[in-house]
Amino acid sequence: MSISRRKFLGWLGVAGISTVLDKRVYAASNKHFSGYPDSGGVLYDNVLCIGCRDCENGCNQVNELPQPDKPFDDLSILDNKRRTSPKAYTVVNRYDGIKDAKGPVYRKIQCNHCLEPACASSCFVKAYTKTETGAVTYDSSVCVGCRYCMIACPFEIPTYEYDKALTPRIMKCTMCYPRLLKGKLPGCVQLCPTEALTFGKRTQLIKTARERIRKYPDRYIDHIYGEHEMGGTSWLYLSGVPFRDLGMREDLGITPAPELTKGALGSVPIIVGLWPAVLTGMYALSKRKEKIAREEKEEAVATALAKASAEAEEKLSKVLTEAEVKNQTAIEGAVKKALGKVADNQTKEGT
Amino acid sequence: MPRESATASKTVLSSFDQALKDLVKALRETFISPFGFVYIIIILLGLILTILRFTKGLAGVTNLSDYNAWGIWIGFDLLTGVALAAGGFVTSAAVYIFGYKKYHFAVRPAILTGFLGYALVIVALNYDVGRPWRMPYPFILQQGTTSVLFEVGACVVLYFLVLFMEFCPAALEWLGLKKLRKQLIKLTLVLTIFGVILSTLHQSSLGSLFLIAPSKLHPLWYSSYLPIFFFVSSVFAGFSIVIFESALSHRFFGDKMDEALQKGREDLALGFGKAASLVLAGYFAVKIFGISVDNHWHLLGTPYGIWFLVELLGFVALPCFLYAVGVRDRNLTIIKWAAICTVIGVMLNRLNISLIAFNWHLPSADRYFPHWMEIAISVFIVTLGIVAFRIIASMMPILHDHPDYND
Repeated sequence: MSISRRKFLGWLGVAGISTVLDKRVYAASNKHFSGYPDSGGVLYDNVLCIGCRDCENGCNQVNELPQPDKPFDDLSILDNKRRTSPKAYTVVNRYDGIKDAKGPVYRKIQCNHCLEPACASSCFVKAYTKTETGAVTYDSSVCVGCRYCMIACPFEIPTYEYDKALTPRIMKCTMCYPRLLKGKLPGCVQLCPTEALTFGKRTQLIKTARERIRKYPDRYIDHIYGEHEMGGTSWLYLSGVPFRDLGMREDLGITPAPELTKGALGSVPIIVGLWPAVLTGMYALSKRKEKIAREEKEEAVATALAKASAEAEEKLSKVLTEAEVKNQTAIEGAVKKALGKVADNQTKEGT
Repeated sequence: MPRESATASKTVLSSFDQALKDLVKALRETFISPFGFVYIIIILLGLILTILRFTKGLAGVTNLSDYNAWGIWIGFDLLTGVALAAGGFVTSAAVYIFGYKKYHFAVRPAILTGFLGYALVIVALNYDVGRPWRMPYPFILQQGTTSVLFEVGACVVLYFLVLFMEFCPAALEWLGLKKLRKQLIKLTLVLTIFGVILSTLHQSSLGSLFLIAPSKLHPLWYSSYLPIFFFVSSVFAGFSIVIFESALSHRFFGDKMDEALQKGREDLALGFGKAASLVLAGYFAVKIFGISVDNHWHLLGTPYGIWFLVELLGFVALPCFLYAVGVRDRNLTIIKWAAICTVIGVMLNRLNISLIAFNWHLPSADRYFPHWMEIAISVFIVTLGIVAFRIIASMMPILHDHPDYND
């Protein structure tokens, strides 16, 4: 077969294209998942937050949650630190006396809608979904109530209806997913009077946040909380004081939750595949050991028997020889005696 | 021919009759005994609390909260229960796979304990999860295969079935169903191998459950080796519980033990004691590696560090040493105490990981301490197990061989 110039160039071309294609495929692969394209999110800027609790009110209304004991305009509630609960998907806390802060600083807490949520990864019945809107939703119609999501969530967001005997649900912020589908804003964002809450595309929100930090470097901490925490969250935070002073954890790292259990889950097929071979091998070894032991025993018995019978034979022949010798001697003795007697008699007769 | 089958069914009937008599006798022996009264009280209390649990919800009987989603029903009943039920798989593996036939007498009690242990774990989970009737959902409706809990659930259920089949021969001997028993006996090796695979998987993945929460579990206990720690510790937990149990059965069921069992008891304690000492030493080494790879030495000086050392030195290194001395001196008492120490250590480890060192970052007001009713329900469930063991061991050939079967 000869290679024509045309063929050779053709091959080169294919090789060239395939290297290019290869690179494109690699670049487009979701090795690093950075969220659904164009998914939504909310930017919370605590420099703009006045702690009015309107967001709590908005959330309560649109999600038809039970009315709280004290009305939402009662700000004495802020004297205590609160967390999310089955009756409140979002809460605002006030932090007084933070170093370098001019007055009280606020923090709004709700589900952060992780790009790769720990709750969804940990749920064994797929009750959670990271939707393309950015919202992480929960389906109570399949939930078993194991509460592993509450263990898994690094932000301690999901809450549980412990007081319900037969129909307990996980309760958490849904980013108002049903409203998003209708093109409406989340309840909290809708009622926020100061633009401390901004809804938008996550990628755009990050740009907005950077812009604010750039413009007012003395007002903001140079960090967008949620951009990378736990692999990134759809909810983003800007703050005028260090996040740790607001009880927000700065030690969560940037590893998305599913990565944490990936290795352990990956070992399952290896164990299932290799254990039977190893164990059967062990079994075969112990059987072989037994067989060898049995054979050795049999051989030892046979040798011992052979040895014993040889010895017995030898002994027997020895005894026999001895007996023969004895007999011979006895006969000879007797013959001698008899001959002697005969000779004696002859001598006696002769005289 | 018809006459033959008639006699056959007559023998089956008469053996059923005998089985029923055994059952009545076992029930009488269990409940009309010094402990019988205690059993009855605990069971009655347990039933009342059960009603409370399923009418008032978890809030009615537990101290669980939004911060503390798992309590002692997970930390003790599930995590400790499964670890201590490992005696079944280590004993059957030692006898049927590794060829230690001289411990054959220990297989049935170990399998029964394992079977009851898993049964009780499943009972406890019915109290713990919000809607227990949905427990099959993850397997029939939507498979959340990214969840470690899915693997745990699947393996626990499958292993429970394996243990049931391994337990069946004893029950069939009691019922006199010879043919079925013979079929099941043929599966012994396959079931043992299945048992080891499934145990490796779920014993380790109970540790993997906590891999997803590095920010909540104290760094001294959190390690990427968690699955390995859990599996290895289940192995020595298994050896120790079998030794401990054989000492206990000797005390309480001495009359039901045959000669082989009495004689084998010493052999077993020496053999399993040696194995436990070795595995404990290996575990100690990997725990040290765990601290080293994460470079957490400096944490040992903190209060949590001291607590960690109590667990590691007092309940791993110490029993390892005690076992070694006990085996060398052929001292059954030391071996028994080493076994008790190991069992407590495994319990402590599981409680540390799930409750004590979990959520360590929270202020004490937000921490969990079990409600007395939670503890009472756990005690109730353990009592059910003890009662079931007593009844089954007194009517079925568990601690002795059945005279009709000698394979």
